[in-house]
Amino acid sequence: MQTVSLENSVAMIPDGASLMIGGFMAVGTPERVVDEIVRQNKRDLTIIANDTATPDKGIGKLVAAKLLRKAIVSHIGLNPETQRQMMAGELEVQLVPQGTLIERIRAGGFGLGGILTATGVGTPVQDGKQIVKVAGKTFLVEAALRADFAVVHAFVADYLGNLGYALTARNFNPVIAMAADTVIVSAENIVPVGVISPDHVMTPAPVVDYLVTNP
Amino acid sequence: MSVPMEPQVIIARRIAGEIKAGMLVNLGIGIPTAVANYIPEGLHVFFQSENGLIGTGAPPQEGMAHPMLTDAGGRPVTALPGACTFDSAISFGLIRGGHLDLTVLGGLQVDQRGYLANWMIPNKMVPGMGGAMDLVSGAKRVIVAMQHSAKGAAKIVKKCTLPITAMRPVDLVVTELAVIGFREGRATLLETGPGASVAQVVAATEAELVIPDQVPEMRLCHA
Repeated sequence: MQTVSLENSVAMIPDGASLMIGGFMAVGTPERVVDEIVRQNKRDLTIIANDTATPDKGIGKLVAAKLLRKAIVSHIGLNPETQRQMMAGELEVQLVPQGTLIERIRAGGFGLGGILTATGVGTPVQDGKQIVKVAGKTFLVEAALRADFAVVHAFVADYLGNLGYALTARNFNPVIAMAADTVIVSAENIVPVGVISPDHVMTPAPVVDYLVTNP
Repeated sequence: MSVPMEPQVIIARRIAGEIKAGMLVNLGIGIPTAVANYIPEGLHVFFQSENGLIGTGAPPQEGMAHPMLTDAGGRPVTALPGACTFDSAISFGLIRGGHLDLTVLGGLQVDQRGYLANWMIPNKMVPGMGGAMDLVSGAKRVIVAMQHSAKGAAKIVKKCTLPITAMRPVDLVVTELAVIGFREGRATLLETGPGASVAQVVAATEAELVIPDQVPEMRLCHA
């Protein structure tokens, strides 16, 4: 794990990269990193996240700045700008059931090729997917998802990169931390090693590549 | 004579009666959220927010909100004693894995097979399914809370014209006019709403209803 300035953390993301970003309606989204992506005008990004928040918050800011080429998300209902760009054909949106999305990411991070789920059977979600029967039940085969970068927001990080999360800001964060080639973390609190009790570490340090220094 | 109740209040008060002590319950946005206001005092229920919380409480008083303690709409909530938080994989493991006793969701259409459509209107409203498909596929019991018709159009139809949410039929639909169940794959009128007649329900319903000899009026939990 290396520490990195906010500016350099984003400078390493090339245009066209795929990014998993933590957060649920912007709660648990690394806002500082998102603002820096907007400032550095990174373009043609693919994002994989729960939702696109609202146009003024979290991932919604990337939508509003028209930095996205593709969004793989479960919900865009509270961001009219995402819906507008999708209808206008400016942004490709893949809508994925929330439980399927998080499990596809988990599979990507856990060395699995995908998952079997009954969610989506008999609905438009099954279009183009393999359908299998296991023990008499019908499932869709949902492929694993990985990304070039995971941008994680933690409540607490120690100097080694062990992470803990707070309340409902955990959501996608510990799962995406496992599923990307490069893991960038911002944290509300950075503390010396030993401050986080081993039982309270939710993401183990070895999966973290970069910890963004606080101002 | 008392003022007639709002349809949303009738629906929420009727569904509150379905909630028993110790259940793990997920309430959707809109009328379903209001159900929590009418459960009997002292009844201990676990409310789940799918963003990663069991023990969801009422909104905090002004000035007491925490930015990292929110419901699935991103609004501040409180956490009750005994609450716990978890990531989205566990949250949906609870939902799909047979751990969620009951989900209450809004609906656009329910058909006479019990299939629900509640996640999109093609070319008009495409918000994304969020957790709805997992909830309807996975919860032990699914109750739809919705008004009986929308702008005069029946919402309980012969066959959904909107894309369905899941192949799994719902267990109960509660409207201000009726409680309808789907045992043996047939829409059955179980109860009528306050002051509503069976004829009124049938007239407002496009689906073919099985009408038992006795159809009691619904009982509402206390306001």
